[in-house]
Amino acid sequence: MIWSTIRLALRELGRNAMRSSLTILGIVIGVGAVISMVTLGGGATSQITGEISSLGSNLIIVRPGTQPQHGGIQVQAAPFDRADVEAIVREVPNTEAVAPMTSAPTVAVFGNANWSTTVNGTLSAYLAARDWPLARGRAFTEGEEQAGAMVCLLGATVQDELFGRQDPLGASIRLGSAACRVVGVLEARGESTFGMDQDDFILAPLRAVQRRLVGDDDVDLMFVSAQSEAATAQVQGDLERLLRQRRRIGAGQEDDFTVQDMAEIATIVESTTGVLTTFLGAIAAISLLVGGIGIMNIMLVSVTERTREIGIRLAIGAQGHEVLLQFLLESTLLSLFGGLVGIALGLGLAAVAAPWLGVPFVLDPTIIVIAFLFSGAVGILFGYVPARRAARLDPIDALRYE
Amino acid sequence: MSPQIADQTERPRAEGEGAAPPALVAFQGITKIYGTGMAEVRALDGVDLTIGAGEFVAIMGPSGSGKSTCLNMIGCLDTPTSGSYRFAGVEVGTLSRNQRALLRRHYLGFVFQGYNLLKRTSALENVEMPLVYRRVPGRERRRRAHEALAAVGLQGREHHTPAELSGGQQQRVAVARAIVTAPALLLADEPTGNLDSTTSREIMDLLTELNVERGITIAMVTHEEEMATYARRIVRFLDGRIVVDRERPADRVPGGGGGLAV
Repeated sequence: MIWSTIRLALRELGRNAMRSSLTILGIVIGVGAVISMVTLGGGATSQITGEISSLGSNLIIVRPGTQPQHGGIQVQAAPFDRADVEAIVREVPNTEAVAPMTSAPTVAVFGNANWSTTVNGTLSAYLAARDWPLARGRAFTEGEEQAGAMVCLLGATVQDELFGRQDPLGASIRLGSAACRVVGVLEARGESTFGMDQDDFILAPLRAVQRRLVGDDDVDLMFVSAQSEAATAQVQGDLERLLRQRRRIGAGQEDDFTVQDMAEIATIVESTTGVLTTFLGAIAAISLLVGGIGIMNIMLVSVTERTREIGIRLAIGAQGHEVLLQFLLESTLLSLFGGLVGIALGLGLAAVAAPWLGVPFVLDPTIIVIAFLFSGAVGILFGYVPARRAARLDPIDALRYE
Repeated sequence: MSPQIADQTERPRAEGEGAAPPALVAFQGITKIYGTGMAEVRALDGVDLTIGAGEFVAIMGPSGSGKSTCLNMIGCLDTPTSGSYRFAGVEVGTLSRNQRALLRRHYLGFVFQGYNLLKRTSALENVEMPLVYRRVPGRERRRRAHEALAAVGLQGREHHTPAELSGGQQQRVAVARAIVTAPALLLADEPTGNLDSTTSREIMDLLTELNVERGITIAMVTHEEEMATYARRIVRFLDGRIVVDRERPADRVPGGGGGLAV
């Protein structure tokens, strides 16, 4: 019985192939969009998480102010200064490298070439903290750091833009009004997952940037790397204690700075992805709703068109629930088919777009199963009202229907 | 609920030899009222009617006389406002909509004026349909559908759709669909209403043959006197009441001398 009902439903849908395919379009697009987005999003997340952990799980980032998490308000606070950096180096044990940083936008000029970029004032400890090797040349010497000498290291992009194939070592470039000698070039890291060029910056000694470009003694950011992953928690705790003391934050008061290790940053990224997933879920719900209404509409038309058939079936001895099942099966098969096409379309789209966007193609079977079940549920939900209408028809009236 | 109308695959071979079986159809004071108050219409007004197994009854009357309502009532498609209808001893008025569907499924066959076949569906599948609801397995279903189509003279047309068949052939398919379940009672609502006279006679011959040779009880609504002469009993309705109920004289030739008032 159920098998012949399924065959009947398939034949009925096949007869109106054009109408059926237009009806499922809403479901196809909705499911397809969600599947492709979630697949690409999943790929991006796994890539970002990978990148973050490759930064080194023992890297700690210290910023003034608190980060807005989960939609909170960003609190502005006084920046750090060189004394803070020196205190950390002096008082926090088990650190490997402490690198302060202050940034300024700048235009770098060499000969006829010029390039808008960012100059980061830091110490050579930065290279150790970020685990960033030099491609050529050398890092800053302690003397250069102390004196605030105008020497610089170029990111790979800046080197390409200003020098092309020429040798930049020893060349003098102009940063704003200050001349600066190139002593080294950093290894290229390429684009980040967010599409940002990670190689588009210049490093110069902190004191040089503060004095010649920024004009204050502020430190915007500090990179601290712990000697081992196990020491991360201790270093983080000591940093917080030390900074609270130095910034005179009384007991019971909130921190006005943020100390984050990579695990925390990974958590933030993941919660961002969570928001994205919820958002996609909402879009999916709306498109499935629209698709469902389309199915309901076409099933109501179908029930009206087939009033006579329903009358014949009822007269011959079909019970209400058997007629209900027949129409419910039709709407469910319709939407399940839409779901399948949507899944195929979404995966195809993701497979094509993944290499283009530079994210890995990560297949998530859970979301496929969920999409399939949901599309089936839509068919049942929106097919029920038309099917019930069919089942409740009066056989005499239905037989007379023209 | 009577055990006879339980939802089972086939109608049980009940009716033992012992006591006289109850009449197939027994109306007692059946009244059907449509509308209320001023708009009230008495489609049937205290009708008493008994149809025994093996009969061939023609139900006649002008339009609006209640003959179609009577047939729908016999077919358990409609329920009486008052009065008692016992089908093979079962009080139909107390049955639910689903139970009445089961009763139709297991005991009744229908032939309509407009054939009412499923479009774009082969003759074979049309005839198989009642067996699907009886849960007859596919192979058995096809065998019996082939037999029924052969019985109405449509061998070789099994895979034609209604659009590919003439009106007479379509009505034959409808008859095959009605008899494929070997029903206790075949109900025909103006079965020749859409057919020319030659084809009409062929269909009536077919019904007569089914009545005589297979012992299928037939109740048929018609307004054509000629078609009524095929029946062995004629019931005439007027304003919801039976005004004439008589056996056809044995000497009358079926189909001949139509138009005679009874």
